[in-house]
Order: sequence, then structure tokens, then C-alpha cells
Amino acid sequence: MEDTSQKTFIVEIANLSKSYRRGSQIIPVLQDITFDITEGEFLALMGPSGSGKSTLLNLIAGIDKADTGTIRVGGVSITTLSEAELAGWRAANVGFIFQFYNLMPVLTAYENVELPLLLTSLSRKERREHVELALNVVNLADRMDHFPSQLSGGQQQRVAIARAVVTDPAILVADEPTGDLDRVSAEEILQLMDRLVHEFGKTIIMVTHDARAAGKAHVIKHLEKGVLTG
Amino acid sequence: MLIKLIIRNAFRHKLRSILTVIGVAIAILAFGLLRTLVGLWYLGVEQSSATRLVTRNAISLVFSLPISYKDRIRQVPGVKQISWGNWFGGIYIDEKHFFPNFAVEPRSYLELYPEFVLPPDQKDAFIHDRKGAVAGRKLVAKNGWKVGDLITLRGTIFPGQWEFILRGIYRGAQKSTDETQFFFHWDYLNETMRKTVPRRADQVGFYMIGVTNPDLAAEVSTAIDKTFKNSLAETLTETERAFQMGFVSMTEAIMIAIQIVSYVVIVIIMVVAANTMAMTARERIAEYATMKTLGFGARHIAVTIFGESVVIAVIGGVVGILLTFPAAHWIETELSQFFPVFSVSPVTIYLDLLAAFTVGFIAAIFPTWRGATIRIADGLRRIG
Ligand SMILES: Nc1ncnc2c1ncn2[C@@H]1O[C@H](COP(=O)(O)OP(=O)(O)O)[C@@H](O)[C@H]1O
Ligand SMILES: [Mg+2]
Repeated sequence: MEDTSQKTFIVEIANLSKSYRRGSQIIPVLQDITFDITEGEFLALMGPSGSGKSTLLNLIAGIDKADTGTIRVGGVSITTLSEAELAGWRAANVGFIFQFYNLMPVLTAYENVELPLLLTSLSRKERREHVELALNVVNLADRMDHFPSQLSGGQQQRVAIARAVVTDPAILVADEPTGDLDRVSAEEILQLMDRLVHEFGKTIIMVTHDARAAGKAHVIKHLEKGVLTG
Repeated sequence: MLIKLIIRNAFRHKLRSILTVIGVAIAILAFGLLRTLVGLWYLGVEQSSATRLVTRNAISLVFSLPISYKDRIRQVPGVKQISWGNWFGGIYIDEKHFFPNFAVEPRSYLELYPEFVLPPDQKDAFIHDRKGAVAGRKLVAKNGWKVGDLITLRGTIFPGQWEFILRGIYRGAQKSTDETQFFFHWDYLNETMRKTVPRRADQVGFYMIGVTNPDLAAEVSTAIDKTFKNSLAETLTETERAFQMGFVSMTEAIMIAIQIVSYVVIVIIMVVAANTMAMTARERIAEYATMKTLGFGARHIAVTIFGESVVIAVIGGVVGILLTFPAAHWIETELSQFFPVFSVSPVTIYLDLLAAFTVGFIAAIFPTWRGATIRIADGLRRIG
């Protein structure tokens, strides 16, 4: 009994394939991908540019559709969900961290973090509590009235992380979260992600081609031309 | 919060937004003024009485009718009142000071035209002074006249210098009543003509007739014209409305053209605004994709884009409407010889708002469709 909770698979991927059509040409992007991700794991997805990392991450996060194969996340087969069902599922289960932060430039840090909560039934007061908690986790409570343009890259990425965790999702997906940052800021972000795994029990799937970033991960998967090589 | 997003988005590119607002404002201003012009014209035609008939020479307005016709017209069944007058065409100082001026039979004229409202003492003074004249409030204000002033008109149709004493100032019973007219005693004109050009004496430009019942207008007209059939001066009698319409039948074509132009202006600004919105939305594709990633639906994206577009267009519309009033006032004071009344009606304001809203709405359709249907993965890809 002692190890079963550790060994629960939060993501189960089987025979996943996806290709793009460019004119009459069919370009395979992912070919027959099968692997599982354990709950509470920090997984890094590595590989050269164009190998299909982002595509795979998008499929797991439910913002893209596979051609064949299945993805189960937390027991839900997301490959069978409709667009609208997927949108609701993402809002409740996945936190997103992007390379270029993707904050709304016209909203303050506070408002950016509050944004996903607008889709919940929380009251204004409850939202405030959640947002302040999330901003405290990323240590930016004192900057909540700043607009993204008034923050450094590292700070913006921390706001984005606060936005990703404010709904308390089980999974965080991060596509090259340190790709646009200097070394010091990148290190901060990686430590923050490490904390999210260890203190808050999140599962993180991170695409990166930075070896240092991958060093923080428990598990590293390699993609090469759409094929999992290890 | 979505509202905040909409408003802040609307003014994100200050210059672009301000230019769009100005563009919409000018279009709405032009639209409002053109609609006002058209509206007033139709209102004028509509308000000209259907119970009043105008009898003139059948050949043309230029030819006159003998004054002796008045008794025969009065005998036609259905005729209640009759007055008569001449277009005088006098010039005050110079052509730039143009205003319509008529010689009329004062007592019957004022009875027949209750929309010209005079204080009783001024009315009396006017009727009892053969050289007396009455002018509309606006005309008086424009020329700085006051009751008792001597006003000299240079005759064109009736040569000579003509002197009048201003005995009364009328105001219009309705806002649309022309307050720029000037009228005086027909007798004064006629007596002078008797002395100077006797062959032109006892001639009337037109008879104005009040009928007992508007439903009889057509029959009375026919009866009057029949009375003078085969006489030296045959008559043409029509309702005042028809008379005015005939007078401005040319103008109607112009009015229709102006109406078309007013809509063309809106269509042009719509295209410009749509282009601007498309440009704006294109720049924000990654943001819309991010919102969708977070779980926002196409409906939210649509609200955001429509909101932004409508906010800008409606602000432009409101600015345009606010500019319409001073512009209309300016037209009324500076161009009063062409537009004695130029008041913006509430309907025009509603039309303005509707037009502005429509511009914003239509401009947002294509960007919304793009923003709502783009695949998230493609939208996010745009960022790098
Ligand atoms: N919408 C698309 N249409 C066509 N090809 C695409 C599209 N999106 C991605 N691709 C192609 O799929 C491949 C994998 O892309 P991606 O998953 O972004 O790779 P990575 O993140 O590893 O750099 C690339 O060759 C890319 O050009
Ligand atoms: Mg990528």
C-alpha cells in the first residue's frame, strides 16, 4: 500500500499521432507516442526545434486535437471531448505558462491573475483572496497594480505563473518558460516551479531545450522528428 | 473586468483610436446635418397647409391676376377666407441681406396664417398704418431692428425706394415656422403703382384661400379654375402643399441625392472602421488565443471585440452629435437666408446613435469571426 499514491498516472498517452497538411504534402509531426506521467512529477520534454514538443504539449493540455491515439488526464479521456467541453476542462484542470508570458498588456498584474477566475462562480471577495494568495506564492504581492510593461521579464513570468496556479489546477504545462529570460531570472522561475511541485504537489510538464532547465526535472523525455526516443 | 479590458483595449493605440473617433465623429456630424436638411425640407412641405389653396395665373407665376377676381372667388362654394398678395422681391441694403418680402392684404392674411403670432397691439398698429410692415423675429434680430424703425427696400420688380415703418414682430407658432419673412400692405404697393405705372395697378400675384373643409380642397380648386376658364387670365389653383411642392420639385431630386449621400458617408466610415478593427484584432490574435487557452469561449472573444469596436464608434458618434448642435446653430445664424430654421430633431439624434452603433457593430464582424474561429495553437504561434 505504501507506494500506490506515488505511482498514480495523471496523464496516460497511447499511440498518439498528428500530422499537418501542407498543400498536397502530409507532414507527420508526432508519430505513435505512448507514455505516462506520474502525479506530482516534474517532466521535461526536450528535443531540437521543430521536433514536435509544442504540439505534444498542446495535445496534452487540450488546446489541439490529435489525429489518432488517446490521452487520458486525471481519468478523463480528453481526446473525446468537444471544443466547448475542452475549454471548461482546461479552465478547471490545466495551468499554462508560455515562453512570452502572454499577459494582457492592458490589465494589471492583479487583473491578469484574476482573469481565469472570472470563469468560476467565485465572488469578488473570494477572487481577491485567491489572487493575493497566488501573487504571494510568486512573491509579487507588492507589484499587483503594475502593468506588464512596468515589470521585468522574470516578474512577468512570475505573474503568468500566478495566473496558472490561481485556479489550483492539478497540471501545469510550460512551453519554454525560461526561453526568453536571462540566467538569473530563469533560475528564479525554475526554483518557483520546483516549489510548486514539492510544496503544492503540482504535476509539471515543461518543454525546454535548455539543459539547465531540464536539470530540475525528475524525468526527461526526448523527442526527435516526432518520435519519442527516450 | 471584461468591461475594463474592453475600455482599455479601445484606447490602447491612442492615436489610432483618436483618429477613428474623429473620423466617426465627422461622419456622424455630416450625416446628422444632411438628415436635418432633408427632414426640414419634408417637414416644410408637410406643414404647409392642406386647407389653404393658392390661386395663381395658369401660365406662370410671373404673370398676375386682376384684383377683381377676389369677389368672384369668394362666391365659389366652400371658400371661407381669401387674401392676396404679391411677391415684392425688394432688396435691403444689398443682395447679401436677402429675405422673402411680400405685399399682402394685412387683416385677411394674418387671419389665414395663424402661425404668424403677433402681440395684439402690434397687430393693430400694423393694420392701421398703410406704410406699416411686420417682420419675423429672426430677421429682426439679425438686422438689429426694433418696432418703429424706418426700413427702406429697393424695389426690383416694382422700381423705386420703398419706405416702411416696422410695426410688429411676429414669432412662429411652431419651431419650424419661418421667422425671416417680411410683409407689408398690398394697398401701399397698389396705390403707388396707380400713380407711377397704372397698367400694373390692381394686379395680384396670388390669392390665398381658406376652405371651409379640407376635404373640399380639390373640388373648390376645380370650381375656381372653372370660373375663370376662357377669361383673359386663366387661373391655376392648388393646395399650398402642392404649390410648394411644385415650387421645389427640382429640389426634391436634390433632397433624394442628399439622402443617398448621407448614407454613403456612413458606409465609407464603416469600411474605414472595419479596416482599423481588422488591423487591431490581427495584432491581438495571440491575446485572444491566450484567453481561449484559459477557457474563455468564442462568446467572450466576441464580446471583447464587439465591445471595443462599439465603444470607439459610439464615442465618435456622441462627439459627432455634440458637434451637430453648434454646427446647426451656426448654419441657422450665418446662412439664415437659405435655412431660416435649422433645428436638429430628436429623430436625427437617434439615427446618429443608431448609425454610430451600426458602424461599430459591422466593423467588428469580420475580426470577431477571425478571433473566435482561429485555432488556439495557431493563435499562440503568432507571438514569437
Ligand atoms: N499549424 C501548422 N501548420 C503546419 N505545420 C505546422 C503547424 N504547427 C506546427 N507545424 C509544424 O510541426 C512541426 C512541429 O512543430 P512544434 O511542435 O512547434 O515543434 P517544437 O515545439 O519542437 O519546435 C514543425 O515542423 C512545424 O513547422
Ligand atoms: Mg515549440
